[in-house]
Amino acid sequence: MKYMLLIHQGTTPTPRTPEEWGKLSEEEQNAVYADYQAINQTPGVTPGVQMETPETATTVRVEDGRTLTTDGPFVAVKEALGGYLFFEADDLDAAIELAARIPAARMGGAIEVRPVVE
Amino acid sequence: MTAVVEQAFREHRGQVLAYLIGYLGDFDLAEEAAQEAFAIAAERWPREGTPANPSAWLAKTARNRAIDRIRRDRTLAEKTRLLSEPQTMEEGGEEPTIPDERLELLFTCCHPALALDAQVALTLRTLGGLRTEEIARAFLVAEPTMAKRLVRAKHKVKAAGIPFRVPPPDLLPDRLAAVLAVIYLIFNEGYGGRGELAAEAIRLGRALAELLPEEPEAYGLLALMLINDARRDARFRDGTVILLADQDRSLWDAEQIAAGRATLDRGLALGGRGPCVLQAAIASLHTEEPQDWRRLAALYGELARLTESPIVELNRAVAIAESGDPEAALALVDDLDLDSYHYLHATRAELLRRLGRPEEAHAAYDRALALVHSDAERRFLERRLAELRAAPEAKAQKKRECEAQ
Repeated sequence: MKYMLLIHQGTTPTPRTPEEWGKLSEEEQNAVYADYQAINQTPGVTPGVQMETPETATTVRVEDGRTLTTDGPFVAVKEALGGYLFFEADDLDAAIELAARIPAARMGGAIEVRPVVE
Repeated sequence: MTAVVEQAFREHRGQVLAYLIGYLGDFDLAEEAAQEAFAIAAERWPREGTPANPSAWLAKTARNRAIDRIRRDRTLAEKTRLLSEPQTMEEGGEEPTIPDERLELLFTCCHPALALDAQVALTLRTLGGLRTEEIARAFLVAEPTMAKRLVRAKHKVKAAGIPFRVPPPDLLPDRLAAVLAVIYLIFNEGYGGRGELAAEAIRLGRALAELLPEEPEAYGLLALMLINDARRDARFRDGTVILLADQDRSLWDAEQIAAGRATLDRGLALGGRGPCVLQAAIASLHTEEPQDWRRLAALYGELARLTESPIVELNRAVAIAESGDPEAALALVDDLDLDSYHYLHATRAELLRRLGRPEEAHAAYDRALALVHSDAERRFLERRLAELRAAPEAKAQKKRECEAQ
């Protein structure tokens, strides 16, 4: 089974939000880096790309042939996608276990585990 | 269906279906194949005799039918997981026994990635063998709604890769708790009046205890259900709930209570002190006469520490009061964060009345009445309040009588 893990940052501090990020102790910051590194090196994981903050997003729609753009993500900033990765695993339990190790899951965000159609 | 096939259906359907779901990885295909196998049995068994191993015969027949179907249908073949080994089993001869994979199926149906109502529906459909319309009726849901719920759940199991297995030791405690919760929820739906669900939950509980013979909580749950269910006929009179203390004990099923106690003893002998074992021990003590309130208070205390439930604490307070210490009980009740729960105020009122503080008792009854929803409970509270109002007058009346003499 192949899963896509969609990382929703929620209120999770990241280096892209320096004020909140600065409130974490150095130890906590290092743990976040170490956790992401360990996840990216887990067999079966294909890391995603790094994304800029949702505030930098542009949402595009087409109505009556006209392209309309709005500033910001499609969903609320807090609900916006912060990152993703792919995981080739035996079953959902393995994917849930990996998701639970992603720092955002314990720091105010959530991980959506979606099976990929193969 | 003939009686023999009907009996085989009741006894083996769960096991045959569990085996097929595990093998085929597809609920619908498995259900259809199982149905076909039972239809073939109904036709053949009366003519050719019942096979020595009915469940293996049914599983084999169903499996072969499913493989035939998959061969005919390429898209289906791509969707199912087996197809590296589409060998039909040999017909005739000694059937090997099939593995009992009902436990795997139960853990699949109660996987936490499914919503609780989907877990319940799927468990009743596959292991309980209930028809969709029966489950819909039991849960007061329209049949198309229930059908949709089942379709969605079955699809998710397959599409999301929910595993068909008994969880490994690190996941087992949480997953077992989910299974126990689903069975108990089914039981309580039945306990509220729909008796066939209570019976079904007891059947599931019995199967679980059989499949996990070293697990005290499985015995605890079965014992709890048996003991509570044994009081079924005494729980209602003219549509009104009868409190345990006022129940007609001759209506209790003594044999079933004894069976429940024996089951509880097995759980205790295995060293069980989990929530189900404790609740069963409490249910068992409640059926004794006179009730040992001190032990009940201790058991409620142990359960409250495990579950951190303020409602259990409230029950502990009642047990403490019944064992002769309403003062300590009141102190405990006053510490609970359950202000919107009418039973808390009703309990406070009763304790205050016993402690000779009628005005405060009166106010507590008023608060309970403002919060209560059920008419039966409202009538009960109004009667207690009326008795409380009457009490001082009765005393004054008596005093006048004394003076007159």
